[in-house]
Amino acid sequence: MTFTLFLEQAFNGFQAGITLFLIAAGLTLILGIMDFVFLAHGSQVMIGAYAAASLTALTQNFYLGILFAIPISFFAGYALEYLVIRHLYKRDHMEQVLATFGLILFFNEAIRVGFGPAALHSNLPASLSGFVYILPEIPYPEFRLLVILVGFACAIGIHLLVSRTRLGATVRAGASNAAMTAALGVNITRLRRLVFAIGACFAGVAGMMLGPLTSVEPGMGEPLLILSLVVIIIGGIGSVRGAFIAAIIVGMVDTMGRVMLPVILRSFMEQASADGAGPALASMMVYILMAVVLVFKPTGLFPPNR
Amino acid sequence: MFQKKTGFALLQELDVKKIATIAGFAALLFSNVSLADTVKVGFMTTLSGGAGITGTQMRNGAELAMEHLGGKLGGRDAEVIFVDDQRKPDVAKQLANRLIKSDKVDVVTGVIWSNLMMAIHKQVTRSDTLLISANAGPSPIAGKGCHKNFVSMSWQNDQTPEGMGKYMQDAGIKSVYLMSPNYQAGKDMLAGFKRYYKGEIISEVYTKLGQSDFQAELSALRAAAPPATFVFQPGSMGINFIKQWKQAGMDSVSELYTVFAVDAVTLPALQTAALGALGTQTWSPDLDNPINRKFVAAYKAKHDAYPSFYAAQSYDAMLAIDHAIAQSGSTDAEAMRLVLAKGDIPTTRGLLKMNTNQFPIQNIYLREAVLDDDGVVTTKILSTVFEDHEDSYAKDCRF
Repeated sequence: MTFTLFLEQAFNGFQAGITLFLIAAGLTLILGIMDFVFLAHGSQVMIGAYAAASLTALTQNFYLGILFAIPISFFAGYALEYLVIRHLYKRDHMEQVLATFGLILFFNEAIRVGFGPAALHSNLPASLSGFVYILPEIPYPEFRLLVILVGFACAIGIHLLVSRTRLGATVRAGASNAAMTAALGVNITRLRRLVFAIGACFAGVAGMMLGPLTSVEPGMGEPLLILSLVVIIIGGIGSVRGAFIAAIIVGMVDTMGRVMLPVILRSFMEQASADGAGPALASMMVYILMAVVLVFKPTGLFPPNR
Repeated sequence: MFQKKTGFALLQELDVKKIATIAGFAALLFSNVSLADTVKVGFMTTLSGGAGITGTQMRNGAELAMEHLGGKLGGRDAEVIFVDDQRKPDVAKQLANRLIKSDKVDVVTGVIWSNLMMAIHKQVTRSDTLLISANAGPSPIAGKGCHKNFVSMSWQNDQTPEGMGKYMQDAGIKSVYLMSPNYQAGKDMLAGFKRYYKGEIISEVYTKLGQSDFQAELSALRAAAPPATFVFQPGSMGINFIKQWKQAGMDSVSELYTVFAVDAVTLPALQTAALGALGTQTWSPDLDNPINRKFVAAYKAKHDAYPSFYAAQSYDAMLAIDHAIAQSGSTDAEAMRLVLAKGDIPTTRGLLKMNTNQFPIQNIYLREAVLDDDGVVTTKILSTVFEDHEDSYAKDCRF
């Protein structure tokens, strides 16, 4: 493997990590700050992707589709919190798991009823399907660069929101002591709804970014949910900074593992067994990483200060 | 202290549980009488999750067959029980157990995934229930591990890529880069391809089953710059792969040849991105025979979309069950399988011949993704790569 290819693969890993972060960011807010186990976060990704794909088809304009899909994702999260989630805060984690797992099934079926079981057509606009040379002789799809930019923008946005704004301060206060914060005159109910909707919105944006890359279909968010849970466990539950760094690490480890492991194994194993063991081992890498992190730092790499 | 029990109290004592049990027994007795002539078919496929599209196509195909057969199989009342395996081998095993032991089905059919077929094969065949594959055709059960209670109405996994291997060999393509998911069918596909392709294999890459992002693999492929690439990526993996292939501008790097990636499951999502893509298949919507014409027309009328080979094979599996019962006059597994083993089964691929391992002997066609007269993307047969192609495992099969 040449050095430039290595760099390119590192860049691929970085981009995969950024996408993961978009999903994990919302989840870490909901899980860590609100102390609520929310498994249907993948459904929010799906809702975002479907909203963007169908609105793009309707308006014949990719950017308009995204523009309208963002508020839809936000209000989907807002409505979900109002209708279902707020009744579950006082329940224990197991009941939250059951209820939100039920939501996954509900959303998948609802999408199937509304849009049919087949994948939606969603493709890139001509203006984004070009290439940029990130290194000499390495063309990189423009859209993937856009994904990285959007990811960065969201990361900075969330960081500023949580650490620099009044809303962020109340969110952090609410997380450490909800009753006391409420007693000081902060509307905790409204605050939670807002945090939840923002989290859902970020997941929706992740779905919009994934739509043109992968197939938009019922259940598209579930595989991502598991990886983003890994991300927030490694990063420390409730820490946005941790989620960002962990997402990049997971993206890197996954990508590099997939590409490098079969090559490394082939150097000292028989071709046939290396071809079998390589991909199998590669798909375990992130979970091995998570296990190692949990052994040495049970609260994750960057546990939020409480 | 003793009390004389009134009739009412007695009735109360016969509590709800007992009454329910009695009612249950009665129902069982009655149902056994009425079900004696009813054919029961367990149809296992993947209806939820990422592979849900393929499973829905299969169910549509089977339901259409039942409509065309007037709800009967071999002239008898029939019941088709659809179950969702969620693409999980453990779920498939439990469902197979339920279908055999509690639903007492006469035939288990469907099954998209080879790894799931491997998981349920022994369990079903050894219970003297006929297992008819409507898709998966893993190599271990076509050769030494074959069983007389298994019949394939689709293909042996190697057959389709063998067609592509032969085509690429004949086309004089010097070297090729291979990519497929890391599971039983993925290995069979590449093995089949290599059986007929004798040029240089630049690299063999196995991806994760269900993988959605192939950017890293595409980067490696670009660096290797092979003149041709052969890919097996079924269902939504095919959508993801071809989308990303186009977006990465890979067409200028390498020529793409596929099996099970460009079909009526993936084309609605790919649209024009797939135009011109070449693949091999045992069936195509434009295959010209009376059963296929009727099937495709009815499917399009009902679902406003082209059927995929998944739907066609499920349709064929139901026709085969109908044929087996009608010819043998029985729902006994042995009697039915003897009829099917003889071949000449009416299907959307014409009268299907059967090999000694009860896998079809059939043509392999080269198909191209094209626009039809209404501007809808579909596949068209370009040529016949193999006529009456047998799988290469039949010789190892002894019942």
